[in-house]
Amino acid sequence: MSQTVKHPGASQRTTGNVAKRYQAGVLKYKEMGYWVPGYEPKDTDVIAVFRITPQEGVDPEEAAAAVAGESSTATWTVVWTDRLTACENYRAKAYQVQPVPGTEGQYFAWIAYELDLFEEGSIANLTASIIGNVFSFKPLKAARLEDMRFPVAYVKTFRGPPTGIVVERERLDKYGRPLLGATIKPKLGLSGKNYGRVVYEALLGGLDFTKDDENINSQPFMHWRDRFLFCMEAVQKAQAASGEVKGHYLNITAGTMEEMYKRAEFARDLGSCIVMVDLIVGWTAIQSISNWARDNDMILHMHRAGHGTYTRQKNHGVSFRVIAKWLRLAGVDHLHAGTAVGKLEGDPMTVQGYYNVCRDGYTKQDLARGIFFDQDWAGLRKVMPVASGGIHAGQMHQLLDLFGDDVVLQFGGGTIGHPMGIQAGATANRVALEAMVLARNEGRDIKSEGPEILAAAAKTCKPLEAALMTWKDVTFNYASTDTSDFVPTVSVA
Amino acid sequence: MAGSIDLKALLAESGVAEVLDELDRELVGLKPVKTRIREIASLLVVDKARAALGVEGAKPSLHMCFTGNPGTGKTTVAMRMATILHRLGHVRKGHLVAVTRDDLVGQYIGHTAPKTKEVLKRAMGGVLFIDEAYYLYRPENERDYGQEAIEILMQVMENQREDLVVIFAGYKSRMDTFFQSNPGLGSRVAHHIDFPDYTVDELEAIAGKMVAALGLTLSEPASRALAEYLRLRREQPNFANARSLRNALARARLRQARRLLEAGTVDAAMLTTIEAEDIRASRVFDAARAAATEENPC
Amino acid sequence: MRITQGTFSYLPDLTDEQIAKQVDYALSQDWAVSLEYTDDPHPRNVYWEMWGLPMFDLKDAAGVLAELREARKAHPDCYIKLNAFDSTRGFETMRLSFIVHRPKEEARYKLRREESAGRLVRYTLERA
Repeated sequence: MSQTVKHPGASQRTTGNVAKRYQAGVLKYKEMGYWVPGYEPKDTDVIAVFRITPQEGVDPEEAAAAVAGESSTATWTVVWTDRLTACENYRAKAYQVQPVPGTEGQYFAWIAYELDLFEEGSIANLTASIIGNVFSFKPLKAARLEDMRFPVAYVKTFRGPPTGIVVERERLDKYGRPLLGATIKPKLGLSGKNYGRVVYEALLGGLDFTKDDENINSQPFMHWRDRFLFCMEAVQKAQAASGEVKGHYLNITAGTMEEMYKRAEFARDLGSCIVMVDLIVGWTAIQSISNWARDNDMILHMHRAGHGTYTRQKNHGVSFRVIAKWLRLAGVDHLHAGTAVGKLEGDPMTVQGYYNVCRDGYTKQDLARGIFFDQDWAGLRKVMPVASGGIHAGQMHQLLDLFGDDVVLQFGGGTIGHPMGIQAGATANRVALEAMVLARNEGRDIKSEGPEILAAAAKTCKPLEAALMTWKDVTFNYASTDTSDFVPTVSVA
Repeated sequence: MAGSIDLKALLAESGVAEVLDELDRELVGLKPVKTRIREIASLLVVDKARAALGVEGAKPSLHMCFTGNPGTGKTTVAMRMATILHRLGHVRKGHLVAVTRDDLVGQYIGHTAPKTKEVLKRAMGGVLFIDEAYYLYRPENERDYGQEAIEILMQVMENQREDLVVIFAGYKSRMDTFFQSNPGLGSRVAHHIDFPDYTVDELEAIAGKMVAALGLTLSEPASRALAEYLRLRREQPNFANARSLRNALARARLRQARRLLEAGTVDAAMLTTIEAEDIRASRVFDAARAAATEENPC
Repeated sequence: MRITQGTFSYLPDLTDEQIAKQVDYALSQDWAVSLEYTDDPHPRNVYWEMWGLPMFDLKDAAGVLAELREARKAHPDCYIKLNAFDSTRGFETMRLSFIVHRPKEEARYKLRREESAGRLVRYTLERA
């Protein structure tokens, strides 16, 4: 069941008696001008939709106005210094409140922000405003930022992904199929030399990428330079053997920006085509390293480490679709965006919503996928989503059907845990993938014929046969917590 | 009976019957053409039945030649033919690529082969319709590049019969000469269909359809005027059947528009009605008018 | 070892019938198909020789297959790849690209390592 979000016709607000409005004391936010029912957002406004759970007895409109106030100009009391500013301009305007379908006590609140409230090209500034204060605000039991719409004028102040999907493919010379990756396991404890061995085997077996995990930095068992040297020897050797461009996402996350640059430069000097950082380095660091990646022809892989602290709870935090939008503006090339069929959180439709935010040239409102707004990306390059976590070759048809070609499929355990070895694991994945793409292009219905197609491909590929045998019964069927409010959720078996 | 086949069912299943019925319904006249098309379709259905029973014969050659004066419906029928061939599985996609000499033949050495091949590639899976095909052959110039195009065509017509069907079209006499001079090409064209000129009655029927398609009607006097016009026009040079008719109607519409503007105020009926004067203003009537004046000077 | 560039290098070499199906898929997406060949499939060798222009406005794979047969005849000792180009805004790039002919003997590449300060190595990929 879908429902459309209406922006009711504009109506002019009145400020009433100005002198009275600025008398010292405490006023309701609604009365301070943060509640403007019927306001029609301008093309240049930033719009946010929050899910709010007001405390008992708090009027939802007042709660929405409070969110608008606290994320823009307000404080808890009236200040006369407002009158030295064009304050009506700077006040965010809550303009619509709707109860969340089927959930008592929760409301969606739409709030419009004047463009002047934000510094150009700064996610740090944007987030300081939008999520700076309001999430600890007492009149609300909980608040969650569900989605945002950025005006083109604001989008154009960001440089976006340094490489983007199109150029990444042209650099890698890989078209027409998802890319394949794997995270090296065990993620902690291997020495540099042993770690590089896993990289070599996986790439030689047929993967396009291997990956450091989020917490591989420079620990006692493997200092970062060792890791970089051994991994790049592995990458270069695999390239020479296959004639294919390959990469290892060298994690350059470090304690300071200076150290990150140092590691990035070393990766570049060794001939790496890609580096990675974790989300927890923060927005400023992400934008800085994105600039560096642009200047050094480097693909920038983003591991969303820590996002669950924002995104997981449905009533409080920030939806991942908003984080994905911020990251596209901030400028990353790869972004982990969920698998829908693997071990990590996310229902298929909602996850597709994240993918669309990464890959669309123009995202249309799509409530079933959790997208509240049309978003014109104004030519900003596209982010390659990454599906990682508990997926294996036997799910290839589902993954291809759900996500299409522009995605990196990462089979960590599914590669390294293969009974015949890492190379065999990689080959199994690559053969399964190519067979599925071939079949899809031939017009076959991969969703229903997938298992047959895989079985047929396994006849000429022992490693695939073994993989299908080993993981044939593995699925992760738990109810997702982050589901759309507008449709009944379907779960993938 | 084991191994028997219901040909009628096969025809219905292929969806060809519909196309044939459409052809009958929508195209005025062309009796012999329709008969020939039905014969070809029947042949293909029977071939299909034979194949279904495991009697594998050589694939029939389906290249054709449509002869007739301009405006006799050759291109229209070729498009239907493409659909029929597609439904019976003789071409994979069923589109029509219509070309003339200029699309095939180049201006300088080395230009023709790529041009011809380009067109052939676009036509693959469908029907290549070459209008006024005889222009490909210019005996007066033995270095004419047309010959190169003919040779490439011939090769593809022979070796890639399953990939496309070629239909040559043009005036009957010139087409005959063309095939006589290029016997290799002629021998590869299995079906010759001649498109007769339309009778005045048929042209009137076509006019009715054309006018209706434009959302217009002919007044009673206008219909009489048009019949008269057609009788006169047929006897004049460069008569192009339905094409001439279409042009005549286009001019009548122009005159109608001018007449209506001069009238100033109009109603719906006036807007949609062609009157006799819109047709009689044609130059075709000049000769008749002049003759009448001579007989009866005033 | 086999050069594994292209969309389908890990599958057994595609038959012409299989290639035709991929071409039909590309044409159904309104992508223009082209052929390119080279005797040096070095991963940084971006510009292979073009076998004619991209084939725009085709409806059927037969035309591409005819060109492919000719290309194979002319360059039996080269790699030939088939590309499908998408001119849609936001793509304007290849959407499918796979090898459709290989030489009898595959090209081989080796690493040249130039050691420098510390353990830093500068790598160059060369024809073996």
